[in-house]
Amino acid sequence: MFYREAGQFKTSYDKDQAVFPIMQDRWFIVAVILAAYFVVPFVADEYWLQAVIIPFLILALAAIGLNILTGYAGQVSLGTGAFMAIGAYACYKLTTNIPDLNIVVAFLISGLMAAAVGIVFGIPSLRIKGFYLAVATLAAQFFVLWLFNKVGWFYNDNPSGTITAPPRELFGVTITGPRATAEARYFVSLTFLVIGAVVAKNLVRGRLGRSWMAIRDMDIAAEIIGIRPLQTKLMAFAVSSFYCGVAGALYIFCWLGSAETEAFDLLQVSFPVLFMIIIGGLGSIIGSIMGAAFITVMPIFLTNFPPMIGIHMATDLQKHIEEIIFGGMIVFFLIAEPHGFARLWQIGKEKLRRWPFPY
Amino acid sequence: MPEPMNETTKDTMTAERMFGDVLLDVDGISISFGGVKALDGVSFNVREHEVLAIIGPNGAGKSSMLNCINGFYHPQEGTITFKGSPHHQMQTHEAASQGIARTFQNIALFKGMSTLDNIMTGRSLKMKKNFLWQALYFGPALKEELEHRAKAEEIIDFLEIEAIRKTPVGKLPYGLQKRVELGRALAAEPDLLLLDEPMAGMNHEEKEDMCRYILDVNDEFGTTIVLIEHDMSVVMDISDRVVVLDYGKKLADGTPDEVRANQDVIDAYLGVSHDENGNGDE
Repeated sequence: MFYREAGQFKTSYDKDQAVFPIMQDRWFIVAVILAAYFVVPFVADEYWLQAVIIPFLILALAAIGLNILTGYAGQVSLGTGAFMAIGAYACYKLTTNIPDLNIVVAFLISGLMAAAVGIVFGIPSLRIKGFYLAVATLAAQFFVLWLFNKVGWFYNDNPSGTITAPPRELFGVTITGPRATAEARYFVSLTFLVIGAVVAKNLVRGRLGRSWMAIRDMDIAAEIIGIRPLQTKLMAFAVSSFYCGVAGALYIFCWLGSAETEAFDLLQVSFPVLFMIIIGGLGSIIGSIMGAAFITVMPIFLTNFPPMIGIHMATDLQKHIEEIIFGGMIVFFLIAEPHGFARLWQIGKEKLRRWPFPY
Repeated sequence: MPEPMNETTKDTMTAERMFGDVLLDVDGISISFGGVKALDGVSFNVREHEVLAIIGPNGAGKSSMLNCINGFYHPQEGTITFKGSPHHQMQTHEAASQGIARTFQNIALFKGMSTLDNIMTGRSLKMKKNFLWQALYFGPALKEELEHRAKAEEIIDFLEIEAIRKTPVGKLPYGLQKRVELGRALAAEPDLLLLDEPMAGMNHEEKEDMCRYILDVNDEFGTTIVLIEHDMSVVMDISDRVVVLDYGKKLADGTPDEVRANQDVIDAYLGVSHDENGNGDE
């Protein structure tokens, strides 16, 4: 009843191509963002912020990055972990070597470094497609992590082989390192995600995004229109890796605090982020965020749900059952709705518009 | 086919129509794939504002010819002169930026994108704002986007596809997809439009619509058109000149009437049915 667009006339192309052309959607998004800034940090406790919400925000940023590459430009990548690791290690080297550098600038430069490496690993995409390209990006994954383990320079030769986020301040508030509060780290991650999502949406609805989708859907026709495949694909790799790089830097500096290369392992990061965009919806920015929420929240839910209804079991057994259910849900979801949450969201809105009528 | 009627309309048309200079000159193009000579020393030219049809039996090299013109194939011999500048080999993006657009025999639309986005993609080369402006989607970038949207809407109006502008093209019926593909080619505001079997698989009404659009494009925008078509009545009706290919060689080149009267063409293409229909005494 309340979700009606009657009386909302679009009188200009500007209004017609707005991201949220329906007024109710605009208010909904504004409400969500306001709640994220002014309600969540005061309601959620330290555990929730640290265990669920911050990793969700950071992985959502990485998922947007991968969705640009895989969902929009159609280039399958399994190298997300590598590009995040490059961002993290670049940020570590920057902050330890140049202590005065503003931390936000350090994050952005880390993203640019990841973008540069992403371009290099994107070059094979001109010749190979699909699964073969996925294998080529897998090479990036293994090579980069091996390099960061092998060469001491990347972790400043410290004996433990880990990188640790040094404390840095922004506007007088410590946002990284052990003394930074969960709230501060939450605000930083949230702000990066909001800006990242807006910029990504702008890119994909403009000329560049259309070129990416054209390459994805029919590369020969795109070429004949005058879209140059190599430049367009490398641009997708660069933008995607930039997002992953920034996410990687945040991953260490605003979430884990310190980590080894294992934190960016194929099974730790690359696959889960790929699942996020598949479940959330390929070629959808909001889908990336919804998919990230699902993948980060679901394991926590599965851990806490059995005790809540009075089932207690051994931890290892519980862990295994959790993984089985999780895998099963992904398979079920892909069969039931192959276009992911983004599609469900669309269907839900359609249904809501017509409610209470079935047609 | 109502033969005499055609003749009179055709004659009055050609008398009125004014053609400009030679826009595209194809000179001695040869290309072979392994042992197969797809094109063997084919030469012809297209003048500004002309509608030129390339006909020929299957495998005659018609599509290969279009592929050479827009740089998708690189001919082994010969030169292609477009707007006075000769090219031995054309790159596809070069051809696009010089004003050559085309449609495909099998529809090559971007299936996941809406009709509007497909047409907007056709304008990619005309959009100049750089990456950072696009990321902001504000000020000059927004202005540019809206300007091009207005142009795209003109094409949507022209092709009468307003109702489907937000529909993903993968869901559209075949005839409409063909129309959207024409729209995408038109979006680039080409000087030369290459149409590869624009009417294949269409019913009679759709064919008539498509003919109307092709003639309107030619008339209103002054676009030069080179088309491949198997439907002889369509070819004879809408083209100013016909080039006949067979086994990679040019058999004939002339007005529809000349081509129809050419004995080589009759033998190779129109076949024995020609005499039975009583069209032979021209």
